[in-house]
Amino acid sequence: MVSITRTSEDGKEVMQVQGEVDASSSIELDNAMKEALSAGQSKVMIDCTQLEYISSAGLGVFMSYLEEIRSKDISLVIYGLRPKVAHVFEILGLDQLLEIKDTRKEAEAYLA
Amino acid sequence: MKISANTITRIATILAIVSWIGLVYTNEAQFFSSINNLKPDFQFEIPGILLSVFVLMLFLFYKFKIEKSEGINFVDLLWRVFVTGLIITMVSLSFRLLMMIMGSSEKLSEWPLFTNFLYLSNLGLVSAYLVSTFIVWKRLILYQKSKFLLRAWRIFEYALLLALLYEVIPVPALQEFGNYYAGVLVLMGIFLSANMKWVAYLNFKQKWKSILLILLAMFYLGYYSFTLLTFSVQLDDVSPFFISLPDHVFFVSILAFIFIYALFSLLVILFNLPTSSVFEQKLEEVVNFQRLSQSIQTEQSEERVYDILLESAVSTVFADAAWIELHENGKVRYHTFQISEKEIEDLKSFVRKRNIKGIFDAGSDKSRNVELIKGSRFRSIMSSPILVKQENLGRLILLKDVTDGFNKEMHKIIATFTNQAGISIENFRLLSEALENERYKEELKIAKKVQRSLLPDQLEHNGDYEVTAFSEAADEVGGDYYDTYRINDDRIALVISDVSGKGTSAAFHMSQMKGMFHSLSQLDLGAGEFIIRANDALSRCLDKASFVTTSYFIIDSREKKIEFARAGHCPTLYYRREKGEASYFKTKGLGLGIIRNKSFPDYTEVNTIHYKSGDIMVLYTDGITEAKNRKGEEFGYDRLLKAVGESADGSAEDIQRKIIERLFDFIGDDSINDDYTTVIVRFK
Repeated sequence: MVSITRTSEDGKEVMQVQGEVDASSSIELDNAMKEALSAGQSKVMIDCTQLEYISSAGLGVFMSYLEEIRSKDISLVIYGLRPKVAHVFEILGLDQLLEIKDTRKEAEAYLA
Repeated sequence: MKISANTITRIATILAIVSWIGLVYTNEAQFFSSINNLKPDFQFEIPGILLSVFVLMLFLFYKFKIEKSEGINFVDLLWRVFVTGLIITMVSLSFRLLMMIMGSSEKLSEWPLFTNFLYLSNLGLVSAYLVSTFIVWKRLILYQKSKFLLRAWRIFEYALLLALLYEVIPVPALQEFGNYYAGVLVLMGIFLSANMKWVAYLNFKQKWKSILLILLAMFYLGYYSFTLLTFSVQLDDVSPFFISLPDHVFFVSILAFIFIYALFSLLVILFNLPTSSVFEQKLEEVVNFQRLSQSIQTEQSEERVYDILLESAVSTVFADAAWIELHENGKVRYHTFQISEKEIEDLKSFVRKRNIKGIFDAGSDKSRNVELIKGSRFRSIMSSPILVKQENLGRLILLKDVTDGFNKEMHKIIATFTNQAGISIENFRLLSEALENERYKEELKIAKKVQRSLLPDQLEHNGDYEVTAFSEAADEVGGDYYDTYRINDDRIALVISDVSGKGTSAAFHMSQMKGMFHSLSQLDLGAGEFIIRANDALSRCLDKASFVTTSYFIIDSREKKIEFARAGHCPTLYYRREKGEASYFKTKGLGLGIIRNKSFPDYTEVNTIHYKSGDIMVLYTDGITEAKNRKGEEFGYDRLLKAVGESADGSAEDIQRKIIERLFDFIGDDSINDDYTTVIVRFK
């Protein structure tokens, strides 16, 4: 089960992902991503400090927006990945394509 | 020996006729003797005994004729009484006619023998009427009998039998009590006459019929009594041998009983007449409800259920018109009774215009009486939703042309009906769903077989190493893939892939991966080129959010080297005999289908290692490392390393067995919720 909350602050779109993203809950993540990216903000932060697990279907969601992020020139940064989750990103190679930071501060610094 | 009912009735008939002839003969002989002052040939009691035998035989006859016959309703029984009475009256009237032709009644007394003969004939016929009616009354009284009632009735019957015997046994002292005894019998008759449950089961029409038939039965009784009494007056003084009825306890009590029960029934039916329509309605409700319930098992379609619901509801509340509206895919469909669709639309728009809530609202289960406009022929309306598993399928609407046509009771009944219909429909749907599911299961079984055949039975390998593989899908079909291809005598390609997601969609992509592997590997490309081309091809096939992770190896047995590239797949585990330890290849790579443009080669890395005897290479999918135990811990990379380290001296199969054993030790009773695969290569 996953719970996603979206807030908008200082011209940044912040999306907090909590819980586990598997094949069924990846649909929720997909919807949230779609909304976040179409909200018109050019800066998006994804808070994954509470993300416990992500399956390949969940990774597929991030992957499917790579093109849109590039074409819309959106700065997207993911931060606070737990080691296991970070490892999953790394194995797949997504860390090479997405901006991943350890802390919120680093993420904010990147966007500033 | 068992005697059939037919035999008994036949014997009883013969004995009755014989005893009656005997009765006539002996009594007439006595008459003759007494008139001519001769010594009688027969004892005084003999005709009485014969009469008792005659009555007994009638009992026997009707017992089997009426009491045992089945499937006769109450009105039919009364009809029988009427017909029997009619025939007997006709015969009796013909005697009367004969008497009139013969002359006046004074003249008749000059022919006592003939008059007595007519009297005895009448007596026989009346006895038959009394006994048959008695048996009919018995059936009516004992309808829905209790044990107590049955016992009471037995006592009454035995008491009557005793009365018959009592006539026969000439004990003067007892005969003094004759009147009292008759009184007791009559009281018992009154007591038993209180049982008339059968009346409640008559409908309005049957009640009228019954009243008429009972009135006629009573009229017969009066006529017979009158006839027999007339004879008595004429014959009483003629001979001491005359069988007088007013003194006969049996006849008096049975006649009184029949009359009393007829009278009681008549009154009860009369008083029940006004309420019979209510009872009928209740009965109708029960029957309708039963029909709806039965439709669960028997009816072939939902449409039939709606038809039955409409019919039952209309007939139960006496609606003047009704319709069922069903909402399907945004369209409304009607089943109507005595109303056109145009009229329905008019009514609905009226209700909407007047803003009357609770009638056509989808979720509402409230029904109301609403007085409608003068333009319409209807004055009250009631509706009830048809629900299946909380889902509103539509509603039943009933209309009447009188105001306040529906009451709470009716609403409850209709709600029960619609509920029942809902259950019937749900039942249909469950059944068809179950069939559909069964079909899907079969399809999946076939898919599983097909997919299983996509994984190789035999893996290509050369003599300097052995290779074994194991794969299990979480669902019927999965997205894990492994395979080998012999490029030439020395070089063999080995692949392992994991398609994102699981189940059917993953299985389709897995089959694409197989096609890709077999077409690209035979081109004898390098590991890097294979990955790049595979990404290019898959980018055109995969949907937006799907990707495939893969590791591609080319094992060269001549040069003892492995060239490999990793595309986002789990890092390969490699055990070096020399060092006696296992580790993971930490190489760069990106899953296939993630980048679908020319920049993909930038993320591709090709490595080469040389293998030595005793080295082990373990390929696996994330189903293994991400398998969780009950605490939510993952099996992880370290446990995998350890498992391989522990079994490094064994064969490839030993290692595989050890990994699976350790995996299941770790997760316990839970099942792995992902596809998982291992391929073990052990160099000799």
